[in-house]
Amino acid sequence: MDFLAQVLAWYTDPANWSGNNAIPLRLWQHLSLSVASLGAGLAIALPIGLYIGHTGRGARVAVAFSNIGRAVPSLGWLGIAYPISTGLFQRAGIGFLPAFIGLLALAIPPIVTNTYAGLRDVDPELRESARGMGMRELQLLMRVEVPVALTVILAGIRVSAVAVVATAPLAALVGGGTLGSYILQGLELSDEVRVFAAALMVAVLAVLTELAFAWLQRHAVSPGLAAPEGGTAAEASPIPAV
Amino acid sequence: MIEGQPFFQLDWVLDHLDTLAQRIGEHLLVTVIAVVVGFVISFALALLVRRYPRLYPPILAVSGVLYAIPSIALFVLFIPITGLSLLTAEIALVSYTLVILVRNIVTGLRGVPAEVIEAARGMGYTDGQRLWRIELPIALPIIVAGVRIATVTTIGLVTIATLIGMGGLGYLVVNIGVRQRFPTATITGVVIVVLLSTIVDVGLQAFQRRLTPWAKAREA
Repeated sequence: MDFLAQVLAWYTDPANWSGNNAIPLRLWQHLSLSVASLGAGLAIALPIGLYIGHTGRGARVAVAFSNIGRAVPSLGWLGIAYPISTGLFQRAGIGFLPAFIGLLALAIPPIVTNTYAGLRDVDPELRESARGMGMRELQLLMRVEVPVALTVILAGIRVSAVAVVATAPLAALVGGGTLGSYILQGLELSDEVRVFAAALMVAVLAVLTELAFAWLQRHAVSPGLAAPEGGTAAEASPIPAV
Repeated sequence: MIEGQPFFQLDWVLDHLDTLAQRIGEHLLVTVIAVVVGFVISFALALLVRRYPRLYPPILAVSGVLYAIPSIALFVLFIPITGLSLLTAEIALVSYTLVILVRNIVTGLRGVPAEVIEAARGMGYTDGQRLWRIELPIALPIIVAGVRIATVTTIGLVTIATLIGMGGLGYLVVNIGVRQRFPTATITGVVIVVLLSTIVDVGLQAFQRRLTPWAKAREA
């Protein structure tokens, strides 16, 4: 209990609430980096997934995305992004950019995979009737396919979001700040209190992200289509590992 | 990256083959311990669920919560108790394998057709015989699928364990690649991790096909 008291003291220590290593600053770095990476990831992955899922063209691309996403470890994305950002911009690749590129790469595969899988599982008869009613391709996609596949698509976004928030601490390795800074500082200084306090914040942040997206999933999906309790529809149609 | 230094230096890789071999060895050792221990625990839990099905939801819930904790956090949360040790790393790694393995073993066992179990009973199999000779062989493809996912996941996670002093291929990525600004080491480390995952995945799949030749027809 003595240890937990120390952790509590760390949270309330005024020294941790001001300056360039303050909790609000680290939290802001963590959240802004996560939101930016996930946002950019969505902007890239959703169109790809929608195109592949709607047309059925390039299904191999979706499988490749899913396999790459599974095989490259989160640390690997950041590690690779680091020299790429230095190479691209010819400067010391320290800070926001390498972390952003790494997390972006991490965010893309689950969204592509699930969007594709969700659209692929839409009943062909639904498509047929929509076409019969005179819907154009874009209308069919936005009014029929996406609403029907929404649970699975959102599940993919949820996986990406949680992965990004949970991996963001590694950004500290490439100078991107975040709550991971405390973990690295703590490991360096053998300051177990700091490590533990930061890890706890990271864990809470990840759980909150998970809950937020679970809530979104429940409320965004049409009640007639919602998955039964637990919302594990995403697992109903896994793409086999090849 | 240091100015003027090429992106990737093959010379470095060739000059450090023994280091690479050592890091691969460390990486695999930590991985194998985690998967084996995780499998033993999961198998025991699955047998418990087979006998007392009501235990399944709470077991899934607990392992699900463990799985949801970010790996970086889980790796360091136990440091105050177990220090910077292999044990600390394995606690985290084993925790992550549980949800995958328990679910696959239970799903596999539950997928055995009721008629088959009925027939085995009628032929006078005892409970233990039925488990080992009928249910497990039929469940094997799904169990091995779980082991494949758990192993590939663990290989990826072990790279992060380098932060708490476990060496492995993460050492190349972080301590040499990023901290000393030497991209060659990072790229080498990541490529080897991906190769290892792929080899292990394909190997386990081949192993499963050999053990269950009858399953081939259904898979295709």
